[in-house]
Amino acid sequence: MSPRSSREISGNGQGRLRSMWRHTRTMRRRLAIFLAVIGPGIITSNVDNDAGGITTYSVVGAQLGYALLWSLIPMTIALYVSEEMCARMGVATGKGLSDLIREEFGFRSTFFVMAAALLVDLGNTVAEFAGVAASMQIFGVAKYLSVPLAGIIVWFLVLRGTYRQVEKIFLVACVFYLAYFFSAVLAHPDWLHAARATVVPSFEWNQDYLLLLVGLVGTTIAPWQFFYLQAGVVEKRVSRKDYRHARMDVLVGSISCMVIVFFIIVCTAATLHRSGVTHITDAAQAAQALVPLAGKYAGYLFAFGLLNASLFAASILPLSTAHVICEGLGFEAGIDNKFREAPIFYSLYTALIVVGGGVILIPKAPLLKILLLSQVANGVWLPIVLVFIMLLINRTDLMGNLTNTPAFNVVAWTMSVAMIILTLIFAFVSVVSPAAAGLG
Amino acid sequence: MLHATEMLGAETYDAQGNFVGRVKELFIEPGDQPNRISSVLLSRGRFRPLVARHDQLDSMTPGNLRLNTDEAHLDLYKANEAWLAVGKDLLDQQIIDTNGRKVVRVNDLDLNDARINGSTELRVTQVDVGLRGALSRLLKGVVPHSLIRQLQQKLPQRSIPWEFVNLIEADPLRRVKLRLTHDKLTQLHPADLADIIEDLSPAERDSIFASLDETSAAEALAEVDDRVKAQIIEQLPPDRAANIMEEMPPDEAADVMADLSPETSERVLEAMQQKEAHDVRSLLRFEDDTAGGMMNTECVVVGEDATRDEVLEYLRTHEVPVDQLDSVVLIDLDAKFIGVVPAARLILAASDAKMRVLKLDLPVSVPANAKEKNIFELFDRYNLRSLVVVDSDHRPIGVIAVDDVVSRLCEKR
Repeated sequence: MSPRSSREISGNGQGRLRSMWRHTRTMRRRLAIFLAVIGPGIITSNVDNDAGGITTYSVVGAQLGYALLWSLIPMTIALYVSEEMCARMGVATGKGLSDLIREEFGFRSTFFVMAAALLVDLGNTVAEFAGVAASMQIFGVAKYLSVPLAGIIVWFLVLRGTYRQVEKIFLVACVFYLAYFFSAVLAHPDWLHAARATVVPSFEWNQDYLLLLVGLVGTTIAPWQFFYLQAGVVEKRVSRKDYRHARMDVLVGSISCMVIVFFIIVCTAATLHRSGVTHITDAAQAAQALVPLAGKYAGYLFAFGLLNASLFAASILPLSTAHVICEGLGFEAGIDNKFREAPIFYSLYTALIVVGGGVILIPKAPLLKILLLSQVANGVWLPIVLVFIMLLINRTDLMGNLTNTPAFNVVAWTMSVAMIILTLIFAFVSVVSPAAAGLG
Repeated sequence: MLHATEMLGAETYDAQGNFVGRVKELFIEPGDQPNRISSVLLSRGRFRPLVARHDQLDSMTPGNLRLNTDEAHLDLYKANEAWLAVGKDLLDQQIIDTNGRKVVRVNDLDLNDARINGSTELRVTQVDVGLRGALSRLLKGVVPHSLIRQLQQKLPQRSIPWEFVNLIEADPLRRVKLRLTHDKLTQLHPADLADIIEDLSPAERDSIFASLDETSAAEALAEVDDRVKAQIIEQLPPDRAANIMEEMPPDEAADVMADLSPETSERVLEAMQQKEAHDVRSLLRFEDDTAGGMMNTECVVVGEDATRDEVLEYLRTHEVPVDQLDSVVLIDLDAKFIGVVPAARLILAASDAKMRVLKLDLPVSVPANAKEKNIFELFDRYNLRSLVVVDSDHRPIGVIAVDDVVSRLCEKR
């Protein structure tokens, strides 16, 4: 009899083959790491171009033409700087932003930050469903059909899928933003003029110009994206070693976001502004106005882009909000839990979608008041969150060697102060004269 | 019963009824008594803070503390790393609930007050992780303690008994000073422990892994998500990583190694014992999604002429990992694979029955480079529970077990 372990039989490695295999393994490993790390930055920045954002960009283009394009470059920097800090915090601490705020600033600060988050995000969710309703109306679908359908799709998409599947769907949604590139091309803009307006800053000292500038900044940099991005980075378990990939992800995201903004402004500037259709109030109007000016495909593409953006943001906002609030306040969160295990999480998530979509369907709903309240909450929220981020990112005990460099601090504080001032002005104007702030 | 939030900020008076200061912090000395409030930090505005020992506390009500001594008998405060601060180290921080097997955040602490020899001793009984604690944190200082208590009665209670609380301290030096152990964690099922570990930040994870014994560490590590696995190993000293790897079955160790950077895996392999390192290296030659990458080399191979008793004797006398054993592999005199005998047939067979007679009719095997997909199909078609992997000379080199197939299929989903 010869009972023996298979160890004695297993063959010896062949040197050459092994080294080849080793070599390709390293390359495949690197690629796999990069692909595993990208996602949060690109998704976050693109969700930023949501229904509210597209409305603002359309209005900017229609009313001022190419005049405000120069602001996109400083805004790209601001977006990158603020998002990069959150990605870095996620990598260095392995904790979400709401976790860090809770641990370092206590329960009460967290509670108020979360309450503001709920108000702002509810307002935004309403705006997303309004975007769905308006864009589907262009395709001839009544809002009483499109909004409930969108709500159900969003609800199921997130609750039925795993994080990885959902992320893939989101990345595909990012590709659909290219619709704006095509609709800009169909609008036959003056590319040279647009390029010059982008790099050469110009300034006008009148109310419309200033308001739109403030609005542009206000819609582009929103606190919820800091929370979402950092959570995404933590979820992906990006290690310090792979941090540069995450930074690249954020950079690509910020730039691609602003490139889309550029195309939207160019598209409406080349058509609506040139033909004197300067007074539109939302993105759907812009899409409709495009039809006679640039052909029905340009209009349809524009509307499709709006639908995609609204659905995309409507999928992410309620989920991210429910997550952030539950995590910060210490309730069980996450779609991996069952309803029984995380009742508050699921209730919040469902309520945001039901209320957000429901408000659109109620005739004579106080839409304006909700948006106004959300705008004000945002004015309070953003400064606090930015200051918290700046305080946290400079703590060596949390960040180790990944704290801000002095130069980065100068840029980041300048950006934060500028953002805070602009947001406060916007909130103030929203209250004093809602019509002027584009809410009328 | 009192809450920690009711004691923090409490006005403190000495035996004469003179105001001393306000409670700034409650300390526990886990090395001494794991749940007793051993001292209270009193802040006095611009004067240096004082410390009242547990035997100097006379009585307390929400928001109010009375000492049984004079201010002059209190010590000046000196920071001590071995003291666990309730406000700083516990409130708002994460702990592991070893009974509920999850990571939770502390809202408040329940303190039991018991009169002992002229002083009142405070002991932590449970940790509040629910709405009651949240409410008192939110309203404290805004409305009176009594009103908070009334409102709390209307809310559901969610708390964890102190004996099921496992503290997380990311700083290894501090953890030693606090004498925190993770004994409670080793009693969890490795899969539950792995879930908990995935919920923690890298620093906290590393701290826990640094203190687990090697067997528990290996068992938990095997269940952890691949990326996390690699990150944990990269943070460990090579010697310790090697010891943990040796505790794992070679196929799992090889899976972990494949996710490490080449430099780290080489360093760990060098620190491992010759035999174990050789097993892992031989497995590392295979692509992850092939039979070679899936198989376990720790299988039982016997000659076809062996009898049932001889085989059982072999299993008893050799260190064969029998937990996963569901069949033995048969070879002929040339060491070529000829079939398998399921463990159930071995149990039921007569003591002198030859392996050749007991073997299954159909000898199914795959070459080491067979693709994952084909292997899944074989398992499905022949209802296999294990599948033998052979080299180019048709000699068995390992076995793929059904649990590896299941976990890979789950990953694919």
